[in-house]
Amino acid sequence: MSEPLLALSGVCFTYPGTARPVLDALDFTFGPDERVGLFGPNGSGKTTLLHVMMGLLRPDAGAVRFKGSPAVTEKDFRAVRRGIGLLLQNADDQIIYPTVLDDVAFGPLNCGLSPRQARDKAEATLSLLGLSGFGPRLTHRLSGGEKKLVSLAGVLAMDPEALFLDEPTNGLDPDTRERIVAILENLGKPLIVISHDWDFLVQVTGVYYSIEQGKLLHDPDFVLHRHVHGHPLGDRHHHHHD
Amino acid sequence: MIDEPLSQGASLVHRRDPRFRLIACLLLSLAAALAVGPAAPLLVLGAGLVLTLLARLPPGLVLRRFVAVNAFVAFLWLALPLTTPGTPVTASFHGLAATREGVVLATLITLKANAVFFCVLSLLATIPAPALGGAMRAVGVPDKFAFLFLFTYRYLHVISDEYGRLATAARLRGFVPATSTHAYRTYAALVAMVLVRAYDRSRRVYQAMVLRGFAGRFVSLDGFAADRGDVAFLIVALAVAVAGGALEIVSWRGHV
Ligand SMILES: Nc1ncnc2c1ncn2[C@@H]1O[C@H](COP(=O)(O)OP(=O)(O)OP(=O)(O)O)[C@@H](O)[C@H]1O
Ligand SMILES: [Mg+2]
Repeated sequence: MSEPLLALSGVCFTYPGTARPVLDALDFTFGPDERVGLFGPNGSGKTTLLHVMMGLLRPDAGAVRFKGSPAVTEKDFRAVRRGIGLLLQNADDQIIYPTVLDDVAFGPLNCGLSPRQARDKAEATLSLLGLSGFGPRLTHRLSGGEKKLVSLAGVLAMDPEALFLDEPTNGLDPDTRERIVAILENLGKPLIVISHDWDFLVQVTGVYYSIEQGKLLHDPDFVLHRHVHGHPLGDRHHHHHD
Repeated sequence: MIDEPLSQGASLVHRRDPRFRLIACLLLSLAAALAVGPAAPLLVLGAGLVLTLLARLPPGLVLRRFVAVNAFVAFLWLALPLTTPGTPVTASFHGLAATREGVVLATLITLKANAVFFCVLSLLATIPAPALGGAMRAVGVPDKFAFLFLFTYRYLHVISDEYGRLATAARLRGFVPATSTHAYRTYAALVAMVLVRAYDRSRRVYQAMVLRGFAGRFVSLDGFAADRGDVAFLIVALAVAVAGGALEIVSWRGHV
């Protein structure tokens, strides 16, 4: 197997001022061609895990390695963040600039693209997500779903090697959700997706983990039998695409 | 960037190079603020009004900000005429009388405040956030200072948004402003929550920036490129500022 992109060993994390460890001696290896689905009850530590991997939170114990070398300092994690794009659970937290175009171009500019290239990149990414013409719109006036798409555009515009998506389909309509499935399939990049949307997880990922009591549990036969959903077709005969 | 909706536009003013707008705004504001007589502030006020017209800003937004600034000025009018020592011009009321000096001072402050207000509104508020950050650096403002300024602004917005969200949540749950203990307790809780949540959110904004590769330098999407129009514009602004200074000196001579 090729070298893992990211590896955690014995990682412990407790939020300051709380007693219960959210991550407890957790081990995890994320390979360069894996598509991981992460699920689990609210508050089980999924978001915390991604934030530790990106260096937004520092583990109390244990090690994070990025492409084989230890990631400890802020500088080490800068490389992680160039390589991996994290879509935050809450789009309001992700959007920085007043206008959509400035916001999407922010990452590419930080990566050293010229203003011209950054603008082209931002516009191309917006149109990939069906947001052509959104450039001049004010970000705080967007609908919830539009904000989610713009924050995704901000991540994709950086051309990351891998994507970590924290509940990417929250608040999206079925068509937009399908579009994201198609885009992720097209990109063919390694993924970690946190979602409570089983259909979506099955469509974009192939390995499943859950977090229980601060440990990551591999779930070899994913809980397809728990798959329950409702839609306008009701019990009429129909097909699911997957 | 001081005002997001105002920074969007394609007017004659919006098209000027942000660096030049920043310098022009500094020159004009200084000329108005440092003056002792009314001539320079009047001149700058005129220039500010012309620029505001040229910038074609939405009148409703301009009016709202104008009222906010002058509400503050109105407070000064309540206090200054009565408290400045000098020649009384009104009948004494409980031993207090408005003085000529007080009225003159209040007028001068009103002129200066509005002169600076219209210059900032037309020249600075029309610059989008990243461009203003870039312009500050380009004219030699130290990085730390430019960041402090940008982040202060950014978090002011965060705080006001946060307050808006909480106030909405309170209204949704049937809260009606009133002069009751319950209402005061609610306001106290709102303010406390605003502080806690704004702090939390500002941390997340910073995380979001770091996640997208921010390493301490703002890069602007619009590279700066000055043309002849910009140079002409700056010369006019400089001329107005110098004329303000000259008027000031002439009026001083007149007094001596
Ligand atoms: N800033 C914080 N300070 C203290 N405790 C926190 C903080 N953030 C999260 N927690 C706690 O840590 C635990 C894990 O939170 P986390 O956000 O990682 O859960 P999650 O699995 O992403 O949940 P969800 O599905 O609801 O998004 C929760 O019990 C939560 O209450
Ligand atoms: Mg979460």
